[in-house]
Amino acid sequence: MSPDLIYGLAGLAVFGIGFFRALTLAAPLRRVLALKLCAVGASFLLIVAAYRQPPVTADAVPHALVITGIVVMVSAMAVALALIHRIAVLERERSDG
Amino acid sequence: MDAMLVFDVALALALVGLAWAVLAAEDLFAAVVLFIVFGLMTALAWVRLAAPDVALAEAAIGAGVTGALLLATLRRIGGAESAETTPRPVLIGVGALAAAVTSGLGAAFLAAPAQGPGLEAAIAANLAASGVEHPVTAVLLNYRAYDTLMEVVVLFAAVVAVWSVAQAPEPATPLLGPLHAGFARVALPAAVVVGAYLLWAGATMPGGAFQGGAVLGAVAILALLARDYVPAPAHRAWARGAFLAGTAVFALVAAGVGFGPRMAFEYPPALAKPLILLIEAVVTLSIAATLAALFFGREPEPLGVEVEARK
Repeated sequence: MSPDLIYGLAGLAVFGIGFFRALTLAAPLRRVLALKLCAVGASFLLIVAAYRQPPVTADAVPHALVITGIVVMVSAMAVALALIHRIAVLERERSDG
Repeated sequence: MDAMLVFDVALALALVGLAWAVLAAEDLFAAVVLFIVFGLMTALAWVRLAAPDVALAEAAIGAGVTGALLLATLRRIGGAESAETTPRPVLIGVGALAAAVTSGLGAAFLAAPAQGPGLEAAIAANLAASGVEHPVTAVLLNYRAYDTLMEVVVLFAAVVAVWSVAQAPEPATPLLGPLHAGFARVALPAAVVVGAYLLWAGATMPGGAFQGGAVLGAVAILALLARDYVPAPAHRAWARGAFLAGTAVFALVAAGVGFGPRMAFEYPPALAKPLILLIEAVVTLSIAATLAALFFGREPEPLGVEVEARK
């Protein structure tokens, strides 16, 4: 068993857990966490695809794609969290007034 | 070799267990802390898969900055959750769907050719002309620079969206105690050096604009928490300039080299390294400012408004 196979299967399992929970959890913050787990699972598969048995160096293109993905994901996360905060503020106003 | 196999299997099992625990944790705060641990373990796994650049980015941005954003949001919305539970038939149906999708992906993964030739030969053949010696930086800032420009645009769009959505003043964050404030005083200068080093090192070894920017963004977040820096409305113009600078300089350089026989993004080989370093330096500062602004979560408001909200 080589590391790429082990971590590829782990990445798939993480993706599956995120996919299942994103569709079944009620709290918005948990759904965002579940979607982030999906993204990490997908990143695992890209990194595994880039892996070569050392001493051969890994393929840098998937690595660059995942770095781009991480930055896009933190951007999406920040917007989602701002929306969750806004919804919470509006709900609080509605229940107060 | 066998010891490493045991390590890999243990880490893979820990990752799957942590992923489950993040979403099963009773308390949202515990979920966020487990998520940060999961991010760091992911970075460790990616080091094992010979992807140190991505591991650095995941540890700094995926676990660090994302964790800070989550904790800040949790403080703002409070940890209370609705008692709403998913009906059992939906759980079973979605569970079956998730199992089917995951096993389909698993079959595709196991059938796919492993360790097949990718683009590494093309990367190595053109590395001398790219202006940098590190393949990942060459891909990010030269071969696929257009992707990276779009990524900087996405980050810019995120801060625009966050500033537009969250305008409500909020309770001030509690002051850090003397121990934390002292830690910030010691850690800040060291972290600035680490961030700048990561940026510089990116040309020849793992590191680069995104990792360096994330570390400098963490510096700014620590400065915000320690009240070493208090955002004021007068700083808005500077902040907007900092958010836009990365996109603007990147786009100007990319378009600027595209005259005569050259296309946009086609740096002249002699100027490739200085141009890439210029783009990386400005993008690093832009990323740091943007990540800190995303953490702060709103436009800086006049001091009076904040005092009003604290009552």
